[in-house]
Amino acid sequence: MLNRALLLVLCFFALTGQRDPILVPEVSQHEVQVRQGFTGTELLLFGAILDPSGARGGRDYDIVVVLKGPTGAIRVREKERIGGMWINANTTDFRSAPSYFAVASSAPVADIVDERTAAIYEFGLGFIQLSPSGTIDPEEQLKFTEGLVDLRRRQGLFKEDMGGVKISEQVLYQARIALPSSVQTGTYTAETFAITRGRVIASAVAEVEVKKVGFERFIELFSQQQAFWYGLIAVSLSIFMGWLAGRVFAMI
Amino acid sequence: MDVYLPIANLSVNGLVIVALGMITGILSGLFGVGGGFLTTPLMIFYGIPPTVAAASASTQVTGASVSGVFAHTRRGGVDYRMGGVMVVGGIVGAGIGAILFRFFQSIGQIDVVINVLYVVMLGTIGTLMAREALQTLRPTEKGVARAAKKRRHHPLVTALPLRWRFYGSGLYISPLAPLLLGVIVGTLTMLMGVGGGFILVPAMLYILGMNANVVVGTSLFQILFVTIATTMMHALTTRAIDIVLAVLLLLGSVSGAQIGAKIARLAKPEILRLVLSIIVLLVALRMLFGLGYRPDEIFTVVGL
Repeated sequence: MLNRALLLVLCFFALTGQRDPILVPEVSQHEVQVRQGFTGTELLLFGAILDPSGARGGRDYDIVVVLKGPTGAIRVREKERIGGMWINANTTDFRSAPSYFAVASSAPVADIVDERTAAIYEFGLGFIQLSPSGTIDPEEQLKFTEGLVDLRRRQGLFKEDMGGVKISEQVLYQARIALPSSVQTGTYTAETFAITRGRVIASAVAEVEVKKVGFERFIELFSQQQAFWYGLIAVSLSIFMGWLAGRVFAMI
Repeated sequence: MDVYLPIANLSVNGLVIVALGMITGILSGLFGVGGGFLTTPLMIFYGIPPTVAAASASTQVTGASVSGVFAHTRRGGVDYRMGGVMVVGGIVGAGIGAILFRFFQSIGQIDVVINVLYVVMLGTIGTLMAREALQTLRPTEKGVARAAKKRRHHPLVTALPLRWRFYGSGLYISPLAPLLLGVIVGTLTMLMGVGGGFILVPAMLYILGMNANVVVGTSLFQILFVTIATTMMHALTTRAIDIVLAVLLLLGSVSGAQIGAKIARLAKPEILRLVLSIIVLLVALRMLFGLGYRPDEIFTVVGL
């Protein structure tokens, strides 16, 4: 305990004693509109690293960006073969699983920071903090976490891109991160970290709002708030279209 | 052509969905079944969330059966009395189905239950149909007339109390039989996201022993009203009907139904039944593969 406190104090001095660079992040879009024909989008996360003196960074920096979607509580089920049939057997709950998670870095994370730092800042799909609340057995937890990450990775919702951040002249950086059409709406946070010699020396956050607009928003609200009329319209529409097709084809 | 589905929360290729609707529409026009047994699994396979797929498929089956009902009404092919009794049973069944759906969802086994139902129902009916179609296709030996059927309907049907006259079907049986049949089909409609025609038609022919002329029309009549009820049930409980998805499916299926009806007039009914049974068996085998050999996903996620 004492050691840790001492380390913290040391860190404080080490960090403030040094002249930290300033990180100026920007996102190409602060609002992503989900409307008809939305097939996903690509966000450009860019910015500059500046020395407080105003001169350019000049040192070797590495940049890691983490884009995270709205979190929510989920239940993960695992199928097991019981009596020759695959049925849902075990479950684990996660209290705060992000619906979207993307990491991009200018070099492989393992080369930039040690594993501990990577875990603290969630630099990678292996380090997502999910706060599991079901089983306590760490091995079980790991299995479920890996299952979840693998599933979401194949859905394009979790991704890792080592080398996805381009740094030019040690000043400007940029990263492109794709959002698939199946993203959840809500507030996304894009965190940028500047790292040098294995330490995070500056970080900054930008927010991106993903929301449904226009007709899509209207349909979503309508189905929730006026469920009866929504159902009735769906029924009338199907009867009308069936009837119309009958008439049209009778004429041909 | 990319179309964003506001309830399913993802974008799909609109033409693929219309084509999917077209295939089921052709099936429904050809065989008098709704075709939901094919659309729902195919949509899930395409990546649409299962609940949205089942809910929107029920809307689509309504559309596909409407024109069929009109066509059969014109030539007197609907026994309204029989149909009415089945609709009442069907609506009760849809309610039971909704309760069962909730229950299996809460214990996390709904996808397994749906899979088992598909394998059992489609497997049994597909096999029965294939056998029957092959028997009729085999050249009948000269001089040997086929033995007349000993009984018209299943002994259980005659054992039921209370008897009504169903003129269109040419039957004098207890209304409890079609009512129970309606309940069973209604439950399956809600659980499996199907119209139930593939169960109803053989049951009406072989269990109730209805007049063959009114079987398809009456089955479509029942499907029409029961899918209307399930659509409303989904709108009020699961809120999973994607109207954009439903319209795309409808575009394909209502025109497909008309094309199917035209082809039906040209082809031999035995061949048609054989083709349908092969399709049914293929779907059942695909489901069996997922259930017994290797599921599509080991891990599944639900929101809390």
